[in-house]
Amino acid sequence: MDMNTAAQAPARQPNSGNAGDSPAGELMVEARDIHKAFGDNQVLKGVSLEVRAGEVILIAGRSGSGKSTLLRCIDHLETIDSGRIFVNRHLVGYREENGILVELTDKQIAFQRRDIGVVFQQFNLFPHLTVIDNITAAPVKVLGVDVEKAQVEARELIERVGLPEKENAYPRQLSGGQQQRVAIARALAMKPKVMLFDEPTSALDPEMISEVLNVMIDLSKQGMTMIVVSHEMGFARAAADRVILMHDGGIEEDAPPTEFFDAPKSEATKRFLAKILH
Amino acid sequence: MTWSWASFFEYLTSPYMLMGAWTTIWLSVVSMIIGCSLGIVAALMKMSRSPVLRGIADFYIWLWRGTPLLVQLVIIYAGLPQIGIRLGVIESAIIGLSLHEGAYFAEIVRAGIMAVDKGQSDAARALGMDYRWMMRIVVMPQATRVIIPPLGNQFNGMLKTSSLASVISMEELLRHAQELAQIEFRVLEVYIVAAIGYLIMTTTWGLIQQRIEAHYDKPFGGSAGDMAATSIPA
Repeated sequence: MDMNTAAQAPARQPNSGNAGDSPAGELMVEARDIHKAFGDNQVLKGVSLEVRAGEVILIAGRSGSGKSTLLRCIDHLETIDSGRIFVNRHLVGYREENGILVELTDKQIAFQRRDIGVVFQQFNLFPHLTVIDNITAAPVKVLGVDVEKAQVEARELIERVGLPEKENAYPRQLSGGQQQRVAIARALAMKPKVMLFDEPTSALDPEMISEVLNVMIDLSKQGMTMIVVSHEMGFARAAADRVILMHDGGIEEDAPPTEFFDAPKSEATKRFLAKILH
Repeated sequence: MTWSWASFFEYLTSPYMLMGAWTTIWLSVVSMIIGCSLGIVAALMKMSRSPVLRGIADFYIWLWRGTPLLVQLVIIYAGLPQIGIRLGVIESAIIGLSLHEGAYFAEIVRAGIMAVDKGQSDAARALGMDYRWMMRIVVMPQATRVIIPPLGNQFNGMLKTSSLASVISMEELLRHAQELAQIEFRVLEVYIVAAIGYLIMTTTWGLIQQRIEAHYDKPFGGSAGDMAATSIPA
């Protein structure tokens, strides 16, 4: 849909790490045979996925294919029925006792989530806090960062997402695109090792999509490990190392963007591409 | 005996009535603070994952909402001594009013918390906040905005309901009116003065409540009741 702006960015080579990269090749996110059902509805039917440090993965698929659920499971915002998820080599949300998964305590899970930044479709900014307070709340309260230091860092992030002079605005005073950029800054303030994007542009008016995608493309160039659930194929071409198609609770296709678009293997991917590229 | 303006003005300016009114105010404030704290705890218990905590909260709310405050007050003050629990008038009044308030306030708090969008707790969790931080920084401040209007009504009610403590001889406004009425039998004058006293207290509170509501509405652009943030393209 919005290929134009995103496609203008120079194409990104797989693992084209710059100085800021984590050691390439190190396993950052690993999902092993994840099963998840909501009642009778089996949403994830044995999904396995490996994401290496610095990689940018785009996950596409029809609504109901399980892509958002998979993303939420990686941050343990949803529990899983079976399988294992590792982020930065730590088993997420559970400890293993004699092969059985036992859920960690509230505090332990909160601690694990420091490594994982999440950007939501509906932004989910805290409406009662100003932009800068949205960004500093977690670093100050959770990490114990000094307020003034947190504010200096927050201002750098506000600058980075292109919103100087908005630091004292409340979320309702911002457009959707601006809110989503603040949400990205807020997640980055925790200095996560991996960023998850759950349909970050789906709730935006078309003219605001590119401003958010450009921030995401910049982030990918700085070597951030990113898993993006989205249908923004322009972003996939510009920034993704791999594009994944989820279909009916499983992964149908997992390929570099050129291969995904030009020579897809699975029928589901061909059908999906036919629909999305007209 | 006809209406006497002299008696009316005498009661209106009587230090004895004023003392009663003062007792009504602090009794209401103290009971409200304790009651609200109890209500928050009961609401969180009721929303917890533990069936035991939920059961305790349910039982408390059921029992205290299902029986008249007047009966509760008499049991606490006059009934409990029979099994060796002796409480003074002031303690009994505060305990009775607080427990009663807590049971009602619990449901108000629960509704307020449920009115906060689930995306808010997702975002708080995703930022690494544990339950305590999530409630303190994200959920409760937003729930407060929903809770404050009914909380104001509860306090308005408390100012008047506290008059029930007169039956256990709590020296508040109604009790003092009763005592004056028994001396001079100027029943109409003294009770109208008492009514005016309650009116002044509830009206003053109404004005304070407006200011508190406006304060909590500020980040939302002053449109009370509209949780959805409206986006204004810049």
